Amino acid sequence: MRPLLLAPSDAASGLPQIANADDLIRDLELPTLLSAMSGDDEYIWGIARQSLLLPLVDPPSIRYRQEALEDALEHPSVVRELYDIATEAVESEKERFFGMFRDNPDSTLGGSVRLLELLVPMLRRLRAVADRHVAEFGSQAFTGFYAMLREQLSDEYLDEVERHIRNLDPRRGVELATRMGHVGETLDYRVLRPRRNGWRDWIPSVMSRSSYSFEIPPRDHAGFRALGDMRGRGINEVANALGQSSDHVRGFFAGLRQELAFYVGCLNLADRLAAKGEPTCMPIVAAAGEADLTATDLYDVSLSLQFDERVVGNDIDGSGASAVFITGANGGGKSTFLRSVGLAHLMMQAGMFVGATSFADAVSTGLFTHYPREEDTTMQKGKLEEELARISEIADHIGPGALLLCNESFASTNEREGAEIGRQLVRAMTESGVRVVYVTHLFDLAHSFENEDAVLFLRAERRSDGGRTFRLHEARPLETSYGEDLYRQIFDSSRAAAQGGSGTQP
Amino acid sequence: MTFESVLFRGGEQVPSGLSAPDHFVDFNLDQVVDALTARREPYELTPLFFMPLHDANEVRYRQAACRDLEDTVVRRAIDHFAAEMGAVRQRREHALQLRHRYHRYRWYREAVRVYAEAVKTLRDDLHRVGLHSEAMISLREYLEDYARSSAFIALVEEGDSIDEELAAIRYTVQIVGSRVTVRRYEGGDDYRRDVERTFSKFKQGDAKNRLVIYPERADLNHVEAQVLELVAALFPQSFGRLSDYCVSNQAFIDPHLQRFDREVQLYLAWLDFIAPMRAGGLMFCYPKVPTASKRTNVVDGFDVALAAKLIHEGGTVVTNGFSLEEDERILVVTGPNQGGKTTFARMFGQLHYLAALGLPVPGTEATLSLPDRIFSHFEKEEDIETLRGRLEDELVRIHEMFEQATSDSVFVINEGFSSTTLTDSVFLGGEVVRRMIERDLLGVYVTFIDELASISKATVSMVATVDPEDPAKRTLHIVRQPADGLAYTAAIVSKYGVSYAQLKERIVP
Repeated sequence: MRPLLLAPSDAASGLPQIANADDLIRDLELPTLLSAMSGDDEYIWGIARQSLLLPLVDPPSIRYRQEALEDALEHPSVVRELYDIATEAVESEKERFFGMFRDNPDSTLGGSVRLLELLVPMLRRLRAVADRHVAEFGSQAFTGFYAMLREQLSDEYLDEVERHIRNLDPRRGVELATRMGHVGETLDYRVLRPRRNGWRDWIPSVMSRSSYSFEIPPRDHAGFRALGDMRGRGINEVANALGQSSDHVRGFFAGLRQELAFYVGCLNLADRLAAKGEPTCMPIVAAAGEADLTATDLYDVSLSLQFDERVVGNDIDGSGASAVFITGANGGGKSTFLRSVGLAHLMMQAGMFVGATSFADAVSTGLFTHYPREEDTTMQKGKLEEELARISEIADHIGPGALLLCNESFASTNEREGAEIGRQLVRAMTESGVRVVYVTHLFDLAHSFENEDAVLFLRAERRSDGGRTFRLHEARPLETSYGEDLYRQIFDSSRAAAQGGSGTQP
Repeated sequence: MTFESVLFRGGEQVPSGLSAPDHFVDFNLDQVVDALTARREPYELTPLFFMPLHDANEVRYRQAACRDLEDTVVRRAIDHFAAEMGAVRQRREHALQLRHRYHRYRWYREAVRVYAEAVKTLRDDLHRVGLHSEAMISLREYLEDYARSSAFIALVEEGDSIDEELAAIRYTVQIVGSRVTVRRYEGGDDYRRDVERTFSKFKQGDAKNRLVIYPERADLNHVEAQVLELVAALFPQSFGRLSDYCVSNQAFIDPHLQRFDREVQLYLAWLDFIAPMRAGGLMFCYPKVPTASKRTNVVDGFDVALAAKLIHEGGTVVTNGFSLEEDERILVVTGPNQGGKTTFARMFGQLHYLAALGLPVPGTEATLSLPDRIFSHFEKEEDIETLRGRLEDELVRIHEMFEQATSDSVFVINEGFSSTTLTDSVFLGGEVVRRMIERDLLGVYVTFIDELASISKATVSMVATVDPEDPAKRTLHIVRQPADGLAYTAAIVSKYGVSYAQLKERIVP
């Protein structure tokens, strides 16, 4: 019994976490996005993080989630109600039974009985929601989920569960069948199925000397301990079976909560973005290598979440481009754009909407970032060596169909050397089927690709008065950079500070 | 063929009350034996290490046995046997402490069962392997005979038959409140399956195992013991057989196998001790032990106590060789401090002692004579007596050594007489070395006095070397070359640019 709200089968989930998760979190400013998704629910943070960092790579899986998410966006209160039931089941169990399961079969049995007494009504509530709303949902994920609840959690079934719970109450007697091991120890204890009228009505089938009894004297504490130990050994397996069963039921709720947390996180994010008028759309997704990036009004969701006003988006038509070079003014929105591409990819491949009016692209088989690492300068290795070491690490994991985002890579050395290394990197990557988006002020690097068809050049714009629009447009690299502007902006306090991305200093 | 001992061809016993030879601490062999015997306490192996052999045939008897034990298949068989024998002892001792009759009998029978399995398994295992040593081949033949004996066969067959009968008994224990009732089992289903079936739809992967691990206890508690008594009352015939069996098989362990079980651990302890060093690339070999010659030769030897430590810490071990040909008898070792001289002397002593234990020794090849005794004198830096008292003690000690030594003894002397004046040191050192030569002793003499290295053709000069590029670095290589303390001084001076030529050049205006 699995909710299967995130994927049509178990096989589609459980991908290993990607190796460069920490880089992505830092370079794409994921914490801002995750905070917006989780709101005041800590739990959602972890699930959202996991969903973004375990990207789906096949379009059908992504569409499965997109459809379910559309259902959720249409019926947010039902989805939140389901999430609340699952949360209540998981949380109340934590409060009441924390520490109850000691290494003692009797307490395992007792704890499991009490836990199940609490969870069975929750199962009944889930089924009630399913009965009420089954007709309103259209996605495969939610209709399948409701059908499963209605089929598996019938009244007869839930009654049967409650009968076991009563039978196994530790206060009742128990009969164990067993045999002896090598040294007189009992082996293979098993609890016999209770007789209809309970143990006290046991009538021997033969009245010969086929049974012997003794009684523990009332004040023999050691005797009761010893008896308890024996009983413990005897009920060990049945206690384990019920303990595992209650774990499974609790696991069902935990799994359900986990899957719903993703959708609730998406609902929270959608609320935040809608409140400030930012557009969102479901991306049109193609298999790896079968489409190029095209988007309108693509913006950096993480940046937007930090401001009250809307942020500037960009249109891009990357048809036929295997490499994109972004050049132009410092502080002109280059790294913001780079981040918007990365975020859109992570969100698309989590099955989410993206921050754009329209967005279409192929999935990437891996998303990699190569950003400057300021703090690493204290290391023994030189800065360039450190950068090369990270490229080497990326090379360990990257493959065809991947997307590499470079932000001022190799700016730590002189332009000739940096450009040469960058050229070799871009050529090697694109020829291997990796798409590269490269923010650089290394004119020589960008310039050397100007005669290639499969390369798109974007440039950060500047208005004639020297101010910036934060909008990129298709344009060849210029040999001058805009350091002087930045200088002015920072040193001339009379000019209003522009709304800002975090431009990287060359 | 008879089999008495895997350590002694003639089967002699190690006398009780043996203590460590005087040189043990100087050679750090105390550390080695501590490491060897750790986790093998029940075997009381330590005295076995205090009895070096003096007969080359006895040494070869052990070397051959040890070679057989290096075969991994043989080794596995012996390890298995050892573990089983340990289990037998444990069970038997345990049974003897139990109060309740049937519980005691069941543990006792268990000890016999494990013993019989151990014997049969060892016999079968040894049957399948190629053995080359007299010791192991005669053990194998002994085992074949023993396992075929009618007494052993009866022990096994009656025991198995009783086990089968008891294992077939089924009964139930009903617990209601404080009342316990024992009955013959007359059918009834396992309720656990009902529970699992009901909840199977929630199953996802493996749930946390909530089975409590109950220790296999020695004592049944008194309630369980009462249950066992009642089960015996339900099945009186079967339990009667068990008690007859235990009463009539009191001493079931064969004394020869018991002795083997202990003695073979000497080899295993050593092989286990050297295994990490071998894995670290160090070589061990079985030394030749000539009887009529003092030719001595070791290639790539090392201090085994130090190497064990270094390998454990992930360090590298420097190996050193030496040889004494024809009339050569004494290695005179000179060179800078911390250059590995003491380690070299220690290695020399260890090699001779280990060879006399019949064990593989450090080195890729070795020829070592078997000394009747090994004497050591290592300067003790922590001595705080007066110079005179200390020198006196040293001389008394060395005199005693000469008193007790024969021409078959080995001397290892480290930094003798350094506590006195140079003239005295030159004189006393010369005297001791000359006396060693006179007595035809084999040995090592570590000194800072170059002259001792060239006293006669019986002395061989060995020098601790330094890195020619960086004289502050010790290579820890001890090589055969003329002693020249000044060579090191010149190198270190030139490194810092303060040699005569350098100073003249630099001082020129």
